[in-house]
Amino acid sequence: MATIEVKDLYFGYKDEKVIDGVSFEIEKGNLVSLIGPNGSGKSTMIKLLNNLYTPWEGKIFVEGKEINSFRKKELARKIALVPQNSSINYDFTVEEIVRMGRYPHKKRFQREDEEDHEIVEKAMKDTNTYELRDKAVTEISGGELQRVIIAKALAQKPSIILLDEPTSHLDLNHQIEILNLLRKLNKEKNTTIIVAIHDINLATMYSDEIFMLSGGKIVDRGSPEKVITKRNIEFVYNLPVAVHRNKYTNSLSITPLNV
Amino acid sequence: MKINKKRYGMVLLGLSAILILSIGFFSVLGTADIRSIDVFRIVLSKIPIIKRHISIEDLPASHEAIIWTIRLPRVLLGVLVGASLSMAGAAFQGLFKNPMADPYVIGISSGAAFGATIAIVLGINISFLNISTISIFAFIGALGAVFIVINIARVSHKIPTTTLLLAGIATSQFLTAIMSLFMVMNSKDLAKIVYWTMGTLAGKGWKPLVSISIPSITSMIIMNFFVKDLNIMLTGEESAQSMGVDVEKVKIYVLVLGTFMVSMSVSISGIIGFVGLIIPHMVRIVLGADHKILLPASALVGGIFMIFADLVARTVISPMELPVGIITALFGGPFFLYLLRASKR
Repeated sequence: MATIEVKDLYFGYKDEKVIDGVSFEIEKGNLVSLIGPNGSGKSTMIKLLNNLYTPWEGKIFVEGKEINSFRKKELARKIALVPQNSSINYDFTVEEIVRMGRYPHKKRFQREDEEDHEIVEKAMKDTNTYELRDKAVTEISGGELQRVIIAKALAQKPSIILLDEPTSHLDLNHQIEILNLLRKLNKEKNTTIIVAIHDINLATMYSDEIFMLSGGKIVDRGSPEKVITKRNIEFVYNLPVAVHRNKYTNSLSITPLNV
Repeated sequence: MKINKKRYGMVLLGLSAILILSIGFFSVLGTADIRSIDVFRIVLSKIPIIKRHISIEDLPASHEAIIWTIRLPRVLLGVLVGASLSMAGAAFQGLFKNPMADPYVIGISSGAAFGATIAIVLGINISFLNISTISIFAFIGALGAVFIVINIARVSHKIPTTTLLLAGIATSQFLTAIMSLFMVMNSKDLAKIVYWTMGTLAGKGWKPLVSISIPSITSMIIMNFFVKDLNIMLTGEESAQSMGVDVEKVKIYVLVLGTFMVSMSVSISGIIGFVGLIIPHMVRIVLGADHKILLPASALVGGIFMIFADLVARTVISPMELPVGIITALFGGPFFLYLLRASKR
C-alpha cells in the first residue's frame, strides 16, 4: 500500500486554478522531489498533502485513510511540515521550539514526561542543534533555524516529512547540510520525505523519485534519469539546456545554454 | 535575559506577594490616617474561625468603615479590572501576532460600554447565573464590536496593525459617541458620562465586585488552558495547524474568553484604556514570550498597576478625584506612540 495516494486533485485560490487534475502514489521510505518553475503548484501541493487546504475536487489518502477523516493531532503524528518561511519573531529558546513538536502526542492537560524529554534531545542531536538549545531562535542564523524547525518536525515522530523549499534562503554549505540530513533520516528511519525544491541539480543528487510540475499538472515523474531530460527541461522551463552526468557525483546535472 | 522555566513558580509567587502588600499599602493611603497592617487585621477579622484570634477593638469604628466598606472593595475591584484587561491584552497580542492588539484599542471596551449603556438606558433586567443584566449586555456589545472590527480589519487571512488600529479606533469612537448621546438625553448628568467613558473605580462597593468576581476569575483561569496553543501559534498559523493545533477553534475560544473578562470589568468600571497594552509589553520584555508565564504574570502586574493608577487618581488633586482612565491614558498614550514608532521600523 502506498503511504500517500492522490486521486484527481483539483485546487485553486479564489478563481485561479493552481492544481489541475493530479494523481499519484508515493511509496513508503521514498525521497521525492517536486520540481517545476514558480507558480507550477509545488508549494500548494505540499500544503494540500498536509490538509492545510481543502481540495476543490479529488481525494488524498494517507496510509489508506482519507486525509480529512484524521483528527488534527492524529494527522500531526503521521505528517510533519517544514514550511517555507519559518521566521519566528518571538524569543523562544531552540529547545522550547523543538519541544512544541511533542504537542500532537499530548492531551491538553498532560505533562511532558521523560520519554518526551529524550525524544526532544535526540531530535536536537540528530539535527546538530543540541549545542544551540538554550539560545533564542531570534539570535541564530537562517541555516540554524531551518535545522531547528526540522528538529521540531522530528520530535513529532512522523512517518512522512513534507518540506517546502527548505534550502532556498541558505548558503550552499547549509543547503548540502540540510539535504544530507534529510537523506540520512530517510535511510536510517525509513521516513518518507517529500520536498518542494527549485534547484534541479540538488534534486537529482538526492531524490529517489522526481515529480516535474508545470501549470498545476505533473508533466513527468520517475527516477532522475527518466525525468531530467533535455526535452522535459526545455519544455517546462522554456530554456535550452545541456543534460550531462556530473563526473564527481555521478548524478545528472543541467547547464543552461543561452548564456 | 529570560527567566528559566523552573523559576516560573517563584516569579508568580513573588508577584502575588507584591500584589497582596500593594493591596494593604494602597488601601490606607488617602485622607484618613490608617496603618497598612490594620487592613490585614480588618480583613482577617471578617473571616470565620480566624476572627476569634483577631481583635480590632483598638481601631476606631470609622477606620474600619472606611477600609471595609469603601477602600477595600475599590482596591479589589481595581485588581480584578487591571488583571482582566492585562490578561486579555496579552492573549490578544499573541493571538493576532500584533503588538497593538489591546481591548481598548481594538474597540472591545467601547463595545462593552455601549452594551452596558443600552441596558442602563432601557432599564432591562434579565440577570442570569447571578451575572447582572448590565454585564450581560456589555458582553454582547463587546462581542458585536470585536466581530465588526476584525471583519473590517482583515485583509485576506491576515490582520495588519494599521487596519486593526483604524477599524478599532473608528468603531470605538462611533460607539462612544452614540453612548454619550444616549446618556445626555437620559441623565443630563455630564459628570457621570465622563466618569463612565474615562473609567473609574470609585464608589462601587462590594456588590458589583462580588457579582463579577466569579465569572472574571473563572474566565481568567480557563484562558490559561490555551497557553500551549497560543505559544505554537506564535510560530505561524500554518505551522501550528500542521502540528495539530485547531487554530480556528483556539482563536474563537481565546477571543470570546478575553472579550468576556473585559466586558465584566467594563460593565462595572467603564472604559479604562491602555492597561492591556502597557502591561503585557512590560512583562514580555522581562519574562519572555511564553504564554505560560506571560498570561498569569500580566494579570498580577496589571492588578498592581491598576491600583497604583487608582491611588494617583484619588490623591493627586485630593480631595477631588480624577477618573482613573485619565491616569492610565497619561501613561499609555506615549507608550502607544512609542510602540507605533517601533513597529514602523
